[in-house]
Amino acid sequence: MEIIFTQANKNLIVKPSGEIDHHSSVELRREIDRNLTRSKAKNLIFDFSAVEFMDSSGIGIMIGRYRELTQRGGKVYAININGSIKRIFGISGLSRIIPCYGSLDEALASAGGE
Amino acid sequence: MDGEHSNIVDNANEMRLYFSAISENEAFARTAVAAFITKLNPTVQEITEIKTAVSEAVTNAIVHGYEGRGHDKRVQLYCRITGRELYIEVTDEGIGIPDIKLAMEPTYTSKPEQERGGMGFAFMDAFMDELNVTSVPGGGVTVAMTKTLGDGS
Repeated sequence: MEIIFTQANKNLIVKPSGEIDHHSSVELRREIDRNLTRSKAKNLIFDFSAVEFMDSSGIGIMIGRYRELTQRGGKVYAININGSIKRIFGISGLSRIIPCYGSLDEALASAGGE
Repeated sequence: MDGEHSNIVDNANEMRLYFSAISENEAFARTAVAAFITKLNPTVQEITEIKTAVSEAVTNAIVHGYEGRGHDKRVQLYCRITGRELYIEVTDEGIGIPDIKLAMEPTYTSKPEQERGGMGFAFMDAFMDELNVTSVPGGGVTVAMTKTLGDGS
């Protein structure tokens, strides 16, 4: 799985490519946690534009990072979620706790440039 | 479960796969089912729903049934198409589920440290028409799911 990390001030943006399932989630979780620690970012933004498939393993990763970051006063955002990912966001209740935006600019504006 | 030589009605098609209970086969299993149903001309949404349900059932078998130690164990995936109805059965011979009702509650998970969210059965239920889970403690789990596909339009 190709995972691209970029940073904008206190925001770490993670852009995974391909399929997020239980198998690939092991690497994805490890890389996110490693980059969060290294970057000292406060907020995490998931960019789903290159994700072709996601099951509940991806939901688990997001809930886990949400718990960690909110404890430290940070936030988790999702951007570019397509039809099927939007549906599992809805069914899982994730859309109630993680704000979703159509673009990175909107998410960064919401994060307040911190 | 159907035997080796099931009586299959006209207009039906079936397949049975056995694969090692290792996580890299999760993608293989859902891709195999997607390939098997191609002739039904499913919509992109139907394919995604079926792939997600298969992925959840197979992951449950690997993570819970065999507790991640299934290198020498097998998961069985059986699919049957009758008309526009797809029947999928995922079977393991792992530890079984002691309380199916509890296991199927959204957000319940027996392995919170693995952060899978406990949403597996909720997704299977949401994406398929029928979901039936049977288990013999110590004797494995069978997840049976049915979905009738639209006319492809």
